[in-house]
Amino acid sequence: MAAVTEAPPPLAPAAPESRPPRPRRRLTPYWLLLPGMLWLIVFFALPMIYQASTSVQTGSLEQGYKVTWHFATYWDALSQYWPQFVRSVLYAASATVLCLLLGYPLAYLIAFRAGRWRNLIMILVIAPFFTSFLIRTLAWKTILADGGPVVHTLNTLHVLDLTNWLGWTAGDRVLATPLAVVCGLTYNFLPFMILPLYTSLERIDPRLHEAAGDLYARPFTTFRKVTFPLSMPGVVSGTLLTFIPAAGDYVNADLLGSTDTRMVGNVIQTQFLTVLDYPTAAALSFILMAAILVMVTVYIRRSGTEDLV
Amino acid sequence: MDTRSRVLGTSVNWLKRHLVVIAGLLTLGYLLLPNAVVTVFSFNKPTGRFNYAWHQFSADAWTDPCGVAGMCGSLATSLQIAVWATIGATVLGTMIAFALVRYRFRARAAVNSLIFLPMAMPEVVMAASLLTLFLNLGARLGFWTILIAHIMFCLSFVVVAVKARVMSMDPRLEEAARDLYASPAQTFLRVTLPIAAPGIAAGALLSFALSFDDFIITNFNAGSTVTFPMFVWGSAQRGTPVQINVIGTAMFVVAVLLVLTSMVITNRRTRRKA
Repeated sequence: MAAVTEAPPPLAPAAPESRPPRPRRRLTPYWLLLPGMLWLIVFFALPMIYQASTSVQTGSLEQGYKVTWHFATYWDALSQYWPQFVRSVLYAASATVLCLLLGYPLAYLIAFRAGRWRNLIMILVIAPFFTSFLIRTLAWKTILADGGPVVHTLNTLHVLDLTNWLGWTAGDRVLATPLAVVCGLTYNFLPFMILPLYTSLERIDPRLHEAAGDLYARPFTTFRKVTFPLSMPGVVSGTLLTFIPAAGDYVNADLLGSTDTRMVGNVIQTQFLTVLDYPTAAALSFILMAAILVMVTVYIRRSGTEDLV
Repeated sequence: MDTRSRVLGTSVNWLKRHLVVIAGLLTLGYLLLPNAVVTVFSFNKPTGRFNYAWHQFSADAWTDPCGVAGMCGSLATSLQIAVWATIGATVLGTMIAFALVRYRFRARAAVNSLIFLPMAMPEVVMAASLLTLFLNLGARLGFWTILIAHIMFCLSFVVVAVKARVMSMDPRLEEAARDLYASPAQTFLRVTLPIAAPGIAAGALLSFALSFDDFIITNFNAGSTVTFPMFVWGSAQRGTPVQINVIGTAMFVVAVLLVLTSMVITNRRTRRKA
């Protein structure tokens, strides 16, 4: 066996053409990358450049647009639509915090306490994905309907008084209020929080818990000093996976909200598809992208997990 | 009075001990509640155009699932796009993943960030920029523009899934195959590909689900073509037929059954091997 690996098979030197020459082999990775990278450059990077150019154009749909380096569009868009920007960040941030609070116990349950039920719970977490998310979001309209059991219960428990006071709901209804939109966002992006949390929790050696217990740590102390710090990679990637899409979403705000709950996504969608004001729409989507990039970078720096991305 | 407080004490202790389990199960309930509602309302007989309030039990929608104009057509369009997008993204993504794991080359960092960016970008930004490109090129929006967009955003997910699998694979297995005089093609087909298969399958499944369910990017780039999510969106404005809930329920049931069968099969295989 050793002889085989050391000496080349006898035929090989006699027919050098049958072997790929060295330079070509060095090109192999580039041939493998070429089609996919071309696809991403033409249909992802190039559109971004087109959009950047559109955002500094002026003109009208009838007479055509020209690049005039009209940066004022950015200022106009920002001064006109800042409430929608603020709302997007607030809603997405609330949904992310709620996802973390709701998702952590479930991820913990699957990782450490589920036993033989683990696979079943995992299936039940993933399976709703297969029902179209629009159908599931529409179902929330039924659940939160005016005078329905949920609203009735919240009313009886005087929860609605509190949320009305906070400005999350208005009167006797939940639908078409910020609470409904945040509820929808939380629901839709919850699996994106649970799965990374589960992955990082599952990697933790359960003996660390026993060790903490042996050193007289109470269960909560064990959680605070051992489990939670070790699950930080999952927390960071989970919050990013929840926050970014939630900030750009317009489906929940449209289906469960009202005109008072419009987010940036809604504005971009209307400007692009209904008003046909392309420069403003392009400027808005660039501002959204920049805002998210800045927030994400600061967050990653702060949480000290730069090697994550 | 003593027994009462003792009972209270033990139940508080019980609650404390099982707090995580209770909270986790409540979250699970939150996740499954809409699916339960979709299932229940697939048996409704609504009075108006909208299927938001319970009226009367009826299995009409289940016996006539395609009874709504345009719905099954949109379902067929979605399936077609999802199949082609899955094939395209899986082939291109697998090639990129192999290049990234198996070779050292200069552009690696650039390639990695170009792969990462589409996953970190809000969908509406990608959707709008792609529409700008198509408008500038004067492309006709429809089946092809949707397919192009879907391959674009599924690609990164395939790369990540395949990369994870190929990275954990022992390179000595391929060396062994070569030592046994396997040609490069044989090595790839009989050793590398079977080992990478679960990663490729995961990437393909993810692509299919993402493409089939995508609404935001499709809405921008579809022109007059109607996919299933777009049909559902339109019905939220015009009136939701009960059949939408039938399709939603069927998708859920089929998905759970598929996963359960695959689990039973892998269980049997591992047991047979052991």
